[in-house]
Amino acid sequence: MKTLAEGSKEMVEKGRVVNDFSIHVATVNGSGSQSSNSVLMRSIFQMGIPVSGKNLFPSNIAGLPTWFTIRVNKDGYIARKQEIDILVAMNPQTGIEDVKSLSPGAVCVSPIEMKLDAVRSDVRHYQVPFGELAGKASDNLKLKKLLTNMIYVGVVADLLNIDHKQIEEAIAKQFEGKTKAIDLNLNAVKIGREWSKENIKKEDPFQVEPMNKTQGKIIIDGNAAAALGCMYAGVTVVAWYPITPSSSLTEQLIDYMKDHRMDPETKKPTFAVIQAEDELAAIGMALGAGWAGARSMTSTSGPGISLMAEFTGFGYFTEIPTVIFDVQRVGPSTGLPTRTSQADLISAHYLSHGDTKHIVLLPGSVTECYEFGMEAFELAEKFQTPIFVLSDLDLGMNNWMSDPFAYPTKPINRGKVLNAAELEKLGGFERYKDVDGDGIPYRTLPGTDHPAAAYFTRGSGHTEKATYTEKPEDYKNLMDRLEKKFNTARQFVPAPIVETVKGAKIGIIAFGSSDFAVQESRDQLKAMDIQTSYLRVRALPFTKELKQFVDAHEHIYVVDQNRDAQLRELIRTELPEHALKIQSIRHYDGLPLYANFVTDAICAQEKK
Amino acid sequence: MVTSTPPNNRIGLTLADYKGSPSTLCDGCGHDAITSQIIKAFYDLGINPHQVAKLSGIGCSSKTPAYFLNRAHGFNSVHGRMPSVATGVSMANHTLKLIGVSGDGDTASIGLGQFCHLIRRNVPMIYIVENNGVYGLTKGQFSATADLGSKAKSGVLNELPPIDLCGLAIELGCSFVGRSFAGDPKQLVALLKAAASHNGTAVLDVISPCVTFNNHEGSTKSYKYAKEMETPLHELGFIPFYEQISVDYEAGSVQEVELHDGSKITLKKTERDYDPTNAVNAMSTIKKAHQDKQFLTGLLYINEQVEDFTTIMHVGDEPLATLPESKIRPSKESLTEIMNSLM
Repeated sequence: MKTLAEGSKEMVEKGRVVNDFSIHVATVNGSGSQSSNSVLMRSIFQMGIPVSGKNLFPSNIAGLPTWFTIRVNKDGYIARKQEIDILVAMNPQTGIEDVKSLSPGAVCVSPIEMKLDAVRSDVRHYQVPFGELAGKASDNLKLKKLLTNMIYVGVVADLLNIDHKQIEEAIAKQFEGKTKAIDLNLNAVKIGREWSKENIKKEDPFQVEPMNKTQGKIIIDGNAAAALGCMYAGVTVVAWYPITPSSSLTEQLIDYMKDHRMDPETKKPTFAVIQAEDELAAIGMALGAGWAGARSMTSTSGPGISLMAEFTGFGYFTEIPTVIFDVQRVGPSTGLPTRTSQADLISAHYLSHGDTKHIVLLPGSVTECYEFGMEAFELAEKFQTPIFVLSDLDLGMNNWMSDPFAYPTKPINRGKVLNAAELEKLGGFERYKDVDGDGIPYRTLPGTDHPAAAYFTRGSGHTEKATYTEKPEDYKNLMDRLEKKFNTARQFVPAPIVETVKGAKIGIIAFGSSDFAVQESRDQLKAMDIQTSYLRVRALPFTKELKQFVDAHEHIYVVDQNRDAQLRELIRTELPEHALKIQSIRHYDGLPLYANFVTDAICAQEKK
Repeated sequence: MVTSTPPNNRIGLTLADYKGSPSTLCDGCGHDAITSQIIKAFYDLGINPHQVAKLSGIGCSSKTPAYFLNRAHGFNSVHGRMPSVATGVSMANHTLKLIGVSGDGDTASIGLGQFCHLIRRNVPMIYIVENNGVYGLTKGQFSATADLGSKAKSGVLNELPPIDLCGLAIELGCSFVGRSFAGDPKQLVALLKAAASHNGTAVLDVISPCVTFNNHEGSTKSYKYAKEMETPLHELGFIPFYEQISVDYEAGSVQEVELHDGSKITLKKTERDYDPTNAVNAMSTIKKAHQDKQFLTGLLYINEQVEDFTTIMHVGDEPLATLPESKIRPSKESLTEIMNSLM
């Protein structure tokens, strides 16, 4: 077992690999393995050991292969790890391929009848009579199938030495108060553990030992984190259309709001959620609500973004606040709707027709999904424009360990909205006039009781007074002010996170969920005496830090999880004078980026 | 606000306070006749303009919200998608009175899906289709409401059957469906007032001749054709809730329907005996009118018992848009509780 992470070597002692491996569970979707995998991950987490969980699932409800990978890492690396150390091969359809993908010395737990030992002799096989054991767990055919999953939890728990107390707690959490289910599942785990104890002679190096690195940490997926951000931002109108991988954002938001957003006096909800007929309508509803003064949002993925193009541009020109979450996935229609990607960056940034560019927030962790979820509503109302938050399937739907989220410290700011008293004092207003020199005009809400409050919202042809115009100078005036507003935003969007290492000639730039792999890669490179600085872009438009960073480094590598090097292209456009020294590292097979990929790419370039 | 003009309607505003910018449509356009009746209806009812939001899609019809109620916020959206904007506005602030103006292209073609879902949700608003059977702004192509065999200005005959928006609306459960004619101001203004008093989606399909592209011989949406063929189902009257006048009618000659706000719509019988509260009868009447090439106008269907979208959303009386921070940002303790549950 080799790992380049600092401090890991001393843990590999006498053939033992402690708290540093990955478990890959191959099952069939719809078989109920999700709860078992959660229990397995949570038990290790509760032992104080950093973990991350990734679900690789098909676009299907039942019967197709699915994999769940748990990475256990004492150093806290939570990106995907490419190598599998322990395979639990429960799916006969994929068993042979799964076992072939292992490195020599890896562990394979499988049902005895799959005879996987015949496929690979350089892998440590533990063959378990799951069918027979399931018979001991229940007589019911359906339950037997479900409990088989808990039996493998028991076997793995015994092999790795996972505390039984932690399993008990994790099961109690998973099945919240359902005593019968808790007992059945605990019993199944016990059957697996006992069989393993009596029948398996452990001949592999992997095991867990308690640590104290997860004390006070939470486990959450990015979509739930974003939902919390929206709830604490004070979202009041949500319009959405179901689409993987963003559905769970709104669904979890609904659940949270039912618990926390009921008016204590009237007992009525302080929000309205509507499942629209399509994304064309969802964005129309969000804009209508934003125009009328609500904090509004929609959540979607790439195909939905395409459908929202016309209305988003309309929102840009007419200056209506709303928030659009794009949990990115791979391309159109069928194919890979359940795989991750960062390929909507350029299309979201420039969405629509006729000179549009949008503010885009790029969260790189579950904490930022929460924080930017909140910030997006502030920026939308401050700049009176649709704001994108680009997450991705990996960040949005997978389980991440994190510090607990902080309660907002700033009060809600609704931006430049004039009420009747202010209108009376001013004697009127011009909807699209740049009064303050920042490109941001004032608006009024429908329902404002003043004869001068009303204005007429119309597409691109409007004067500062919001009246109809087709005059060239009026159009140009509007376009220039919108650009000025966009440039003002550079001072207010989240600045990049920059880590400059003294003497480093290499600068890495990345965004979003690539952060986990890039951070790990930088440690790997450091162990090889390759020093790197790092800038993580957190929003578009770019801020001044980007130029400073690119100026200061000889070689720039931009990491993109898309084919067309979209962030690299945006940076080249921003800094054409540096175009030649900005290289690209692109990962785009639909699976999350991993550290070695970045490390290998940089090593290959640097050796040239 | 003190004005120099003497107050006219019940809230002290003059007719001028309900006007908009001058129309830029062709002289004689049916849409301008409808605009005048919208101004009159809102003025007569004494609806405060600032409590109104005017919405539209794209097309000649969709320009018209600029020509009435200058003191109301207006939203000229994108083609066929006014219903979604209206739904969002309604969710944000259900205390606003919404009036949407669309056309036959905007509603029956590009916007058909949103039209259907607006009705299905019963979003409280007046939805007017200014129906002329052609695309005016793009110069005279047939729309999906053009009758089979109707002749275009170029002489081409329409070979596709029309979509009847009233029939469709009734099928979808619309709670207020009327058909009228821009050249019948008396009926139109009564329908508009009733629609404004209705709680739910009120669809008014108003035949509104296009004087430039569809007013010729052989067109079934021309002034001449509509005037000759119009057959009112009843003589419509409207008694607002704030004027409790009792009128004596000959027994059995008038049907009264009470609206949500206590106003009444009166339907004086013509030679036919039409009951607009029966959906099945309404559908067969519409079908038969098509067969007989009749142009029936009036209140085709009404059902005051359907819950509107605001009720279904269960929101409180205060608009969501203006709820204070204390109501929309949960406490710090709630976040701690959630975080603990994730540990």
